[in-house]
Amino acid sequence: MDFSSLLLMRHEFILTALLLLMIVAEIVVSEQNKKNLVNFGVLLFAIHTAIGLLPLADGVLFGGMFKTTVLTHFFKSVLNIGVLILLLQSADWLRDKVVSQQKATEFFMLIFSSLLGLYFMISAGDFLMFYIGLELSTLPVAALAAYESLKQKSSESGIKLILSAALASGTSLFGITMMYATSGSLFFDMMTITASNLTILGFLMFFAGLAFKISLAPFHFWTADVYEGAPISVASYLSVISKGAAAFVLMILLFTLFRPLESIWVNLMYGVALLTMFIGNLFAIRQQNLKRFLAFSSIAQAGFILLGLLSVDQLGATTVIYFIMIYVFSNLGAFGVVQAISNQTGKENIDDYDGLYRTNPKLSLVMLLALFSLAGIPPVAGFFGKIFLFTAAASQGYYLLVFIGVVNVTIALYYYLLVVRAMFLRKSENAIPYFKSKWMMKLGLTITVLGILIIGMYSPLYEYIFEISNLIFKS
Amino acid sequence: MIQGVSIYEILTVTTLLFFIGIYGFITRKNLISILLSVELILNSVAINFVVINKYLYPDMLQGVYFSVFIIAVAAAETALAISIIINLYRLVTSVEVKATETMKF
Repeated sequence: MDFSSLLLMRHEFILTALLLLMIVAEIVVSEQNKKNLVNFGVLLFAIHTAIGLLPLADGVLFGGMFKTTVLTHFFKSVLNIGVLILLLQSADWLRDKVVSQQKATEFFMLIFSSLLGLYFMISAGDFLMFYIGLELSTLPVAALAAYESLKQKSSESGIKLILSAALASGTSLFGITMMYATSGSLFFDMMTITASNLTILGFLMFFAGLAFKISLAPFHFWTADVYEGAPISVASYLSVISKGAAAFVLMILLFTLFRPLESIWVNLMYGVALLTMFIGNLFAIRQQNLKRFLAFSSIAQAGFILLGLLSVDQLGATTVIYFIMIYVFSNLGAFGVVQAISNQTGKENIDDYDGLYRTNPKLSLVMLLALFSLAGIPPVAGFFGKIFLFTAAASQGYYLLVFIGVVNVTIALYYYLLVVRAMFLRKSENAIPYFKSKWMMKLGLTITVLGILIIGMYSPLYEYIFEISNLIFKS
Repeated sequence: MIQGVSIYEILTVTTLLFFIGIYGFITRKNLISILLSVELILNSVAINFVVINKYLYPDMLQGVYFSVFIIAVAAAETALAISIIINLYRLVTSVEVKATETMKF
């Protein structure tokens, strides 16, 4: 028997191996060396990321349940880099606060298994694989949200996440049963979606489950609470990696499987995008806690992603992937700074950042770049991401929506500048004192800054994404 | 296939079950009862899969497989939720929804 075709699952196999290795290391390594396990985990994941960048053949496994294309391979690498940055940023927190509670390794195991679920979700070729990937990516994060078991807020956010995730996946499954009833198969390639009433209802319920994961407007209520209670690294994982992957999957499914329902879901996306942008932006204005603030800003960003989905062609797909990539770097930058400061001082409110530029100029510059990129101010990458999304929507004639999108960018600029004002213009008697971050945190923040600066300028990347996103429409 | 019972009757029951679950999820004040409501939803989905498979597409077993996976995942979900609830109980000695209201808006 020839097992070489299983190499198509290289990402998944290596990640599973890392997971098992971490478990073994947790058992073998002695009490006083536990601190080194954090470095070990980050190093292992860095190797995994490097291997993941090697080219991979296209192919199908398990009778069509698992598909890998250049596009999914590329996106998995984006997720890998995102998680690597996240691990670098949270290494200090793990070493200083968590190792003493004997559960630093768990963090790696849970993050790895959640990432594994995202891989399967991205590569899924049928609804069974999709569902298992979805659950595998959600459940470990719920455990992670309740990670600081001595804090009530953390447990609270964990229970809120798991209960609403269970409801969302139940609803989405009910939708899948309806589509199964009308189309007779669970394989994406064999399903024939026709616009019958039952299929449309099924699609709506299915969409609700996925929209929960991306935290689109009517399904976003868990977001702010969970982000506030969970440890910052987990909030950052939820808002960057898990949301990005879910948005990617939503795009693939809409553009391929649900293409016959296009006339219906385009209207749906229109409405949801409007609602999401407004709710995210308007609620973000009144937040004081930076985690809640970033939660609502990430809801608004998800609304912008939907603009790209309205253009069902290569342009739309490219802009969505490109925007998600930029979003990963900018949001990780913002969360990284929040984490660095919270690690040192435990402060998480916008007012605490008063006068930060005088004491910690480098950190506040990183924050400035990240927020500008999220807001979409010209020299940084976020601007290009937004303008391409708007171009995609405008190319289909949605001028009104693009106009409303620009209005929302303006609102967003207002509240991002609130933070910038606190850091640069305000003075404070008890500003956060100067501190030096460790090298891992520095490296993590440097990569995000490079990403924010380079991705916007380096056009071959955009062209490469444009080329490979052609694959979506081939089959 | 059950003699004398059509697919409509079974689907009506599962749909009712689903919406009872949704209703319970929204109205219950106790975290454990909310968890039970979620179980109702997942069970209705599992029955749905089996019934649709059996009545409409009996030549392939996709739906039946799916229901087995749903049951397994539901068990994992419940275990995790219960463990979080127990942790919450240790902190605030309550499993009421009211105990989880420190973060709002």
